[in-house]
Formats: sequence, structure tokens, C-alpha cells
Amino acid sequence: MMTMKTRAPRFWRCIPQRYNLIGTHCAACDEYYFPPRNICPNCRRDARIEEYKFKGTGTVITHTTIYSATEDFERQTPYNLAIIELDEGPRLTGQVVAPPGEVKIGMHVRPVFRILGKEGERGIIYYGTKFIPVEG
Amino acid sequence: MSYGVYIPKYRIRVDEIARVWAHGEDVSEGLKVFEKAVPDVDEDSATIAVEAARAAVLRSNLDPRRIGAIYVGSESHPYAVKPTGTIVGEAIGTSSKFTAADFEFACKAGTAAVQACLGLVASNLIDLGLAIGTDVSQGAPGDALEYTAAAGGAAYIIGSKDLIAEIEAIFSFTTDTPDFWRREGMPYPEHGGRFTGEPAYYKHVASAALGLMEKMGSSPEDYDFAVFHQPNGKFPPRVARKLGFTAEQIAPGLVVPWIGNTYSGATLIGLAATLDQALPGQRIFVTSFGSGAGSDAFSIEVTDRIDEIRQNAPLVRDFIAGAKYLDYAMYAKHKGKLRL
Repeated sequence: MMTMKTRAPRFWRCIPQRYNLIGTHCAACDEYYFPPRNICPNCRRDARIEEYKFKGTGTVITHTTIYSATEDFERQTPYNLAIIELDEGPRLTGQVVAPPGEVKIGMHVRPVFRILGKEGERGIIYYGTKFIPVEG
Repeated sequence: MSYGVYIPKYRIRVDEIARVWAHGEDVSEGLKVFEKAVPDVDEDSATIAVEAARAAVLRSNLDPRRIGAIYVGSESHPYAVKPTGTIVGEAIGTSSKFTAADFEFACKAGTAAVQACLGLVASNLIDLGLAIGTDVSQGAPGDALEYTAAAGGAAYIIGSKDLIAEIEAIFSFTTDTPDFWRREGMPYPEHGGRFTGEPAYYKHVASAALGLMEKMGSSPEDYDFAVFHQPNGKFPPRVARKLGFTAEQIAPGLVVPWIGNTYSGATLIGLAATLDQALPGQRIFVTSFGSGAGSDAFSIEVTDRIDEIRQNAPLVRDFIAGAKYLDYAMYAKHKGKLRL
């Protein structure tokens, strides 16, 4: 039988970031980094980098809705992609789980644990963080 | 020590399913189930397990690195081989120093996981154990199971100190009864129709419940609440009446009319809904049922700490209140019933 092509190593390396938004923080200048950085561009050799788990709450900076997706995501359409500014400062791209049209710039979001994608019927399942609107 | 629940926010009304299959308007009344919880397109029993476990950790504000065992009970584990418990452990931030395994015993895999944790904690082999019952259960289109097969889960952290409720005693009853099964590789389970009632559900639930009361010398009047496995809204009141429990005792934990049968989650969500309103000192009688078949009975006494931590995580009624309704077409998309 042919061995299937898997991206398991790449997914596995990113598990801390995908599941729990693990980034870094420079204790010298109080800057937060996601994805994690080992060097603080502000402080250089004076940096004091430590691991930091982001709260996951943030604000939608801009967003779009995908109706025509690549093969891996075509069963999830329509879905919303957004640039989210985490409360600690860094920005990341993520899905906002909400009906199209309900995502707004400036909307507050919080993290949820969801399936990000699957390698077809036989491959591994990519779990990770998406966002949902904070109600009220 | 703590508990947490997750129920997806989507619902489909039983009447909507009956409309598609022209099964008449009295299906809902017959089952005493009005609607059932449906997972989002990107939810499965692992994501539900993680959300419930995170809620349990949040509720008691404990350090997840203390957890020494994770047992996840489900009949819809996303992988046939690759434990759901490993995903849960990573996602809630445990250390890597824990043991894990996935459990399967139809609808009672969750309570079996509680028993396993209880054994490890009681024998001082671990500090804390995490037991989860979670399912995105399947019913073949047009089959009777489709009306009730729902999605949801509950997580319990079992420890020996700072308890919110004490498990006083347990009793189990197990036989080889083929009332419901799913063969390897098959997408939907099969069942014995009416055979699932008397020789399966009623016999096992009643035997485990009576066995526990006999062992403890207790009777239904000694309990403030009772929770029985709830495949529909009809079976639990009937078995409760047979055993001598009242409608009032089972009312707080009878959530199946609004969320459907969450399989491995069902008894544990019913217990959570009861803990959501139980007062210190009150006692809860719990009996699960898993096809195949077996029942686990628990006698539980609520402690003072419950009032301190109850509000730290969402209650079952918060999940029931936030429902969004789907029609059958959207339901089919959510459940992956559409094949391309």
C-alpha cells in the first residue's frame, strides 16, 4: 500500500501555538510575541525572553468571508477569516466562528477549541484555536 | 473536585426530522424529546471533551499539572487508534506525567472513566484524575436513533481533597446483551428496536440501582435527587417510578428533552445539571446505562464547597438557553451526512 503524504511533523511542532496560543514575552521591555520569538528586536542582547500563554481574547481588526475555498476547507464554507489583535498586543490570522455578516471590525472575540482541518479521510486531524464573538 | 460541561449551541427540532421522513407529528411526544444538540462543522468528541475539561479546570481553579490520569469515554472518538485523552491533556495544559486511555462502553463509557479515576485516587496512585464522557453520536438517516442522537460532554475532576461532592459508594451490573452495537468501520450503529427497553435499559439500570441501595442499606427517600441515563424522555421517569423515586427527584437532571441523548455525556450532563442546583449536604443517586450492556450506580453527597465554585464556569442551563436552530439540510451539512 502507498504511504500517505502527511504533514504530521509540521502540525506537531505547532501544537503549543495552535492549542494554547503559547508565545513569548520580553520581561525587559514588556513586549509580547506571537508566534514566539527567541530574540527581542527591541532589547537585543539585553532581552529577557520568557514563555507566555496568551489569554486568547482580542479584537477583530479586519475580516473576510471565504465562499470558495481550497480543497482542505471546501466543506467548511462559508467561513470567516480575521486578523485579530490579542489583548496583549500581537496580531494573528484566525477563523471567527459566526454566521457571515455577523463579524464586525472592533468586535471582541474569545478562543474556542475546534478542528482546523483534516488530511482527508485517512490522515491526521488538525485541532487548534478559533475565535467566537464575546456575547453582550 | 470539579465538573465542567460543553453542549454545542446548534439544535434541530425532532419535528423537523419527522417532517423529512414523514414519520408523523407524534414522534416528539412519543420520545418526550423536543430537540437535540448538533455539533458545528468543526466540532467532534475531542473538541467537546477539551471544552468540558477546560470548564472543569476553570471552575475549581486548579493546576492541571496535578492531573495524573485522563480517561475519555465515547463511542465517537475521532480516531479509531490515537487516544482522545492525549489531545485533551495537551489542550488543558497538563504535564506529560499522566496516564491516559480511551474508554468505550456505548453510553456509559463516561461513568466507567469516573470509576477508573476513583480507583487510582482512592489507592493514592495519583493526585487527581480527569474523567470525561463525550459524544457526537450518530443515527442513520431515517432511523429511530436519528431523533435523539445528540452531541455534548461533561468532565469530572476526581480527587481526595477540596471536594464539592463525595462519591460514597458505587455498584455496577454488566451482562452480554446485544441491544445496540456498531461494527468496526461502519458509520452508523444498529439496534434491536424494542429489545433495547426491557432486557437492556430497564434490567440493567434497575439491577445496578437496587444493588447499590442494598449494599448501602439506603432507599430512594434518602436522596434529594436522582439521575438516570436518558436515551429519551420516556425511559428515565419510568425506571425512576419503578424504583420508587419521584418525578421531583429526577427533574433537575432530566435534560434530554432539550439536548437529546448525548450518549457518553448523557448521565454526566444530567449529574452536572443537578450539581448546578444542589445544596451542601444534599444527596444524589446516579445510574448510567451503556448498551451491550451495563450500568454504573453512584451514591453522592454534595459538600459545602459547591457554593464557592459553582458559578466559576457555565451551567447546563446556560448551554440550553443559547440554542440556534437548524433545518434538516443544515443539520446534514453539520453532521457530514452529505457525501461528495
